[in-house]
Amino acid sequence: MTDIEPDETVDARGAACPGPLMDLIGAIRGADSGAVVRLLSDNEQSRTDVPEWAAEAGNELLNVEEGDDHVAFYVEKA
Amino acid sequence: MTERVVIVGGGTGGSVLANDLADRLEPELDAGDVEVTLVNDGPDHVYKPVWLYVPFGRREPVDGRRRLDELVDDAVDLRIDRVTDVDTGADRLRFDDGPPADYDRLVLATGSTLEPERIPGLAEGGHDFYGESSATALREELLSFTEGELVLSVIGTPHMCPAAPLEFVFMVDDWFRERGLREDVEITYTYPIQRVHGNPHIAEWARPIMEERDIDVETFFNAESVDPDAETIASIEGTELEYDLLVSIPPHGGVDLIEEAGLGDDGWVDVDKHTLEAEAAENVYALGDTADTGVPNAGSVAHYQAGVVGRRLASEVRDRPATATYDGKTLCFIETGMDAASFVEFDYENPPSPAPPSEKLHWSKLAYNESYWLTARGLL
Repeated sequence: MTDIEPDETVDARGAACPGPLMDLIGAIRGADSGAVVRLLSDNEQSRTDVPEWAAEAGNELLNVEEGDDHVAFYVEKA
Repeated sequence: MTERVVIVGGGTGGSVLANDLADRLEPELDAGDVEVTLVNDGPDHVYKPVWLYVPFGRREPVDGRRRLDELVDDAVDLRIDRVTDVDTGADRLRFDDGPPADYDRLVLATGSTLEPERIPGLAEGGHDFYGESSATALREELLSFTEGELVLSVIGTPHMCPAAPLEFVFMVDDWFRERGLREDVEITYTYPIQRVHGNPHIAEWARPIMEERDIDVETFFNAESVDPDAETIASIEGTELEYDLLVSIPPHGGVDLIEEAGLGDDGWVDVDKHTLEAEAAENVYALGDTADTGVPNAGSVAHYQAGVVGRRLASEVRDRPATATYDGKTLCFIETGMDAASFVEFDYENPPSPAPPSEKLHWSKLAYNESYWLTARGLL
């Protein structure tokens, strides 16, 4: 378990690709610089989509946490 | 007691469903055991796929417009009014003008709306083909555009007709070639994720065609703002593009009353993706763009879903278990130029495999669009 406290959680479990990434991008759009958004996704593609986009956009992927049926991504807005 | 079925929204999903029920429930409607009401906020039905052709002078906005009272079976009560509140606790709708209406079964088919104001500068600096007046304005721009940088930016996803941005750049490329202007026009296509389409199979098919046709691509491009004076569009990823003509797929949203009713976020109803029943309320269905199923926001989807909801409602009215389910079926023709098109058909289990582009498929698309008026009447 991580001790990172997210400012916002986006639950995209059940969404088809590229829904989870687009939900994350939407949340980051509305977030302040330094805010941490936690994305919950059960879509396998998110494992590559999210790190690639975070790197491209200059945001930091702080942690990836494995859940029972999903993965939680913690992204800090630059 | 009369069972009251109310459909909100007279687009493809709502109109096809109203006519489907008029046919399917004819004995019950004749006997007065069932009432079907279709509510729309205007007198016309609008078939939006026509708009893609307007900028190229191949169609007029009027070609996509018919009066609902001519399109919908007389057995359906048509109410021209705007719903302002969905009270799923009291099974009641409230309206702008008339008195409230109670329902026993409700179908929400309120569709998509455009929200360009979410991107600063977009409404002033961008054009689109997602409305009658905007598609006409884009036609005028294209007619006077003889050289420079044309940028097609997909900003909002999900958006109506996921194939349309690809179709537009393929068509505009061909259109400029036919007019001998292509060498003087740069075309750039931007997309929010790392490929050129949300569906990986369609993206994989489209990318080489874009390369062949000299259409530049910017992926991971999520527009942050448009500067209409400087004629630039900037992304949250830090890329800035210059344009002489900006064509966007604007941000989309559903109608506010969905969220106000607690049925889902951003105007999309959370549904069981097979039964299309709302998750947060009893006796409520959603279909088409309104139903958050993850499948494309396309007319074919609304059409197929209307058939499923029609069968389920008929079963429920007759006190039988509803067994019809939606399997994600989607059908799209994809224009690859002014005279050629591809075709895809897919569902929840089977991915799309785009057909080789041909003139025959292009004419099939135009024929499909023409025969839509039979679809809307519930005949096809």
